[in-house]
Amino acid sequence: MIELLSNQLVFSFVLMLVLIGAILLVVAYSTLAERKISAWIQERSGPNRVGFFGLFRNFSFWGLGQPMADGLKFLFKEDIIPGRVDRPLYVLAPALMFIVAVVGFAVIPWGGVVDLDGDGVVDVHCQVANPDIGLLYMLGISAMGVYGIVLGGWASNNKYSFYGAIRAAAQMISYEIPLGLSILVVVLMSDGQLRLEGIVLSQIGEGNCWNILVYPVAFVVLLIAQFAETNRTPFDLAECEQELVGGFHTEYGSMKFAMFFLGEYTHLIVNSAFISVLFLGGWHLPFIPGLQPEDTSIWAMLFKMLVLGGKVIGFIFIYMWVRWTIPRFRFDQLMQLAWKALVPLSMGLVAAAALMVYFRVPAMGVIGKVFWGVLSNVTVLLVLLVVLALSRGRVTGRQDNLPTISLLDPAKPKPARMSQTRGRTA
Amino acid sequence: MIADDDIIIVDEMRRDLSMTERLYLPQIAQGLSVTFRRMIGTGRTIQYPEQKREPRLEEDLTDPGTQINASRYRGVHRLNRDPDGRVACVACFMCETACPAHCIHIEGGESPWPDREKYPVKFDIDELRCIYCGMCEEACPVDAIELTYEYDLVGHSRSEMVFDKNKLLDVFDNTVHVKPRKNPRITGYAGTGSPDHQPRRPTGEQH
Repeated sequence: MIELLSNQLVFSFVLMLVLIGAILLVVAYSTLAERKISAWIQERSGPNRVGFFGLFRNFSFWGLGQPMADGLKFLFKEDIIPGRVDRPLYVLAPALMFIVAVVGFAVIPWGGVVDLDGDGVVDVHCQVANPDIGLLYMLGISAMGVYGIVLGGWASNNKYSFYGAIRAAAQMISYEIPLGLSILVVVLMSDGQLRLEGIVLSQIGEGNCWNILVYPVAFVVLLIAQFAETNRTPFDLAECEQELVGGFHTEYGSMKFAMFFLGEYTHLIVNSAFISVLFLGGWHLPFIPGLQPEDTSIWAMLFKMLVLGGKVIGFIFIYMWVRWTIPRFRFDQLMQLAWKALVPLSMGLVAAAALMVYFRVPAMGVIGKVFWGVLSNVTVLLVLLVVLALSRGRVTGRQDNLPTISLLDPAKPKPARMSQTRGRTA
Repeated sequence: MIADDDIIIVDEMRRDLSMTERLYLPQIAQGLSVTFRRMIGTGRTIQYPEQKREPRLEEDLTDPGTQINASRYRGVHRLNRDPDGRVACVACFMCETACPAHCIHIEGGESPWPDREKYPVKFDIDELRCIYCGMCEEACPVDAIELTYEYDLVGHSRSEMVFDKNKLLDVFDNTVHVKPRKNPRITGYAGTGSPDHQPRRPTGEQH
């Protein structure tokens, strides 16, 4: 058994099966978490009725059976395909959305290298695939997530769906730039590596530390860009309930609709894992035995997977917390945020990282790296914010140049005003 | 045509954003902190079938020692008993006449007791048809019909939801310890101010 598993191909296959199961489980419970977190933020209880087939009377485990009930409901609903849709694309779109999100997991390094039989020789990588261009693969795959939305919106033959799809495409094009540039910062500072396992290792060991400590601003830029990429609020213009009645998934029902949801949450998880690998040291926690690169036993591997999973869950929480806090942007605000704020900011960060590489900051040890990294990041951020604040152009804000409409006859004197400023009039 | 005097302009506060507001990120952090504080607070939800809302009870000032339901909710009816335990209704048909939903059906008969002429042989209320307006209890000259605060009124069939005399008397037996609060008497302008009260209109002056 161990010998069989020591083959990378077999190990990858087993890991793949385990990951698919784990993803589906986490996705299912993400839907519950989303509803629970929104409920807590709004001082409600959230779903707390569905238990496990009444096994535990008077105790429903805080609604832990809810995802299964929802899944069953989706499965048994009538699958309606509206007339006048482009049938092949209509069926393909939800599947594409989910598949594209799932294949991103292939290159996430879950548990470093493993020595399965304990003979001191590394047998396998705890990773489905370990290509040299893992990072490029991730970028390409996650950018393809918009294909599902665009195809779904187009195939639905519904103008609201199509609006949603167009918005998603425009948004994706805009936010891919800060996304790529902020990742480029990490690549520059870790010897130009594109292998995700290598990026994890470059954050561990003597003179190294997690990238979030060195480039906090790049981390935030990447996080914001990932919000946009996964179509989460405040960037969910593709599926505005209010204006577009659901956007690209208006015409979808039953399990096809559920596939869109599965895809969205899977995308969320893979992005969380990705940002954990890039900025939070992947499976690593400092000073804890079992989580260091030299720990290669199978138990260390499981522990590492658990740690990375914990980081992913933390990010999922942040995604949901932000979603239920910040309202949706208007479309021009969305574009202004990308092109006037995030793109210049991430370009400045890349320039700063290039300068740091030129002056050999990566070899300066933890203190030097953190000092110069944070200094450059904060400087770039402050310069941008001051420029934006001083120029009349705003990152976001209301349109000031709207004409004033008067209901009154201009010849007559103006009536008394209720108040000069907005305030209480008793 | 609307007279100019009737137009009230409510100015929108059009001040420029302050520096921190224009920097935008501090505002996001502030919002996140608000929602986080909400999240760790306890909810106020009443888990309905297991927990029930406690009726808000007050001491009845006119009748010391008894309690009055102050939550102003009008639920299922009760048919009161007089101090001797007999049905208090005198079958005057006032409630049936007052009822806007025509959900009360009374059959009067000659009273077996010497202190009144009539009593209800049948007294049916269709609780599904009732709109819980409370006009029956206002119309009743002997305070025999009253609306309780009992709100969980369910049944398996329509016929089950037509409450007869015994059922209504049972409701009284179950809720006898709390006096329902009647509608505020409109003649006293209890809720709306004095009889010469003028509803306030927005004017130009600041108050």
